[in-house]
Amino acid sequence: MRLDHTDQQLINHFQRHLPVCERPYLEMSRQLGISEQEVIERLQSLQSRDVVGRVGSVFEHSQAGASLLAAVAAPEEQMDLVAARINRAPGVNHNYAREHTYNLWFVITAPDHELLEEHLDELERELKLSMLRLPMVEGYHIDLGFDIDWEALS
Amino acid sequence: MSTSTSLSDTATQNDFAMTERDRELILATQAGLPLASDPWAELGKQLDMGADEVLARFQAMQQAGVIRRVAAVPDHYRLGYRYNGMTVWDVADDRIAELGTAIGELPFVSHCYRRPRHLPYWSFNLFAMVHGTTREEVEDKAAQIRAVLGDACQQHTILYSSAILKKTGLRLRK
Repeated sequence: MRLDHTDQQLINHFQRHLPVCERPYLEMSRQLGISEQEVIERLQSLQSRDVVGRVGSVFEHSQAGASLLAAVAAPEEQMDLVAARINRAPGVNHNYAREHTYNLWFVITAPDHELLEEHLDELERELKLSMLRLPMVEGYHIDLGFDIDWEALS
Repeated sequence: MSTSTSLSDTATQNDFAMTERDRELILATQAGLPLASDPWAELGKQLDMGADEVLARFQAMQQAGVIRRVAAVPDHYRLGYRYNGMTVWDVADDRIAELGTAIGELPFVSHCYRRPRHLPYWSFNLFAMVHGTTREEVEDKAAQIRAVLGDACQQHTILYSSAILKKTGLRLRK
């Protein structure tokens, strides 16, 4: 996906933080040297092309209760089945296949730790696969994005 | 830019008493901030609140750490970062705080967390997510992490993602 310079600037400046003020898009437009209307239209366009998911709030996970990263080692021929079962479990919001013995990695959330463990115990029993439970012990850099290397992408 | 939080200092966030109106506001903004000149007034219409009040509550939640940030988050895969590598490292426990902070500050690392080991199955305690347009690019970035960790790191590996089987943002349940 090729983006023009202004779209690139827009992402560079605002992928981490947007101004939370009376007129956020006006404030952004001043930083970008374009009109407020153009900021809004560019955001709409980036969204319609699925380049930007949403201009959204990122919530503190601990406020939503408990969450952790878990992994299972699914036999290759059962991966689809196991993945589908994981995706049906309550509170699973990410599930990635990865090239490793532990080949399914998912994030699961629940209102509290007890429920989270219950859901995982149940999943573990059903899958008959042992599970790595890897809660965050400390966050050194929490999902703040990274600097996009536009040249490498072009 | 880096943030550091641990499970022990979430107490300050929990001091913020979220009201029913705050929850409604979060639910209304989960799909995104309205793309309109005055997004707070748009939200206010939905919630039967004044624009000023919407903005004030939103800012209060941000101040309290309930809302971590508001951002135009790009889809890295769509941009061309086809390779997502979860790099995992076995780092000496007595040096992980210092080194985790250093790795988190590398400009190309999008997430960096400490997680528990599960010996003998899993010996890696530091996770750093890196992205690349090629595998070589991911490997080059992993080599830079390796150089920072030095002899405090026993072993490491890279887990490339081969498919995204589910991805939804964190949702607050109604």
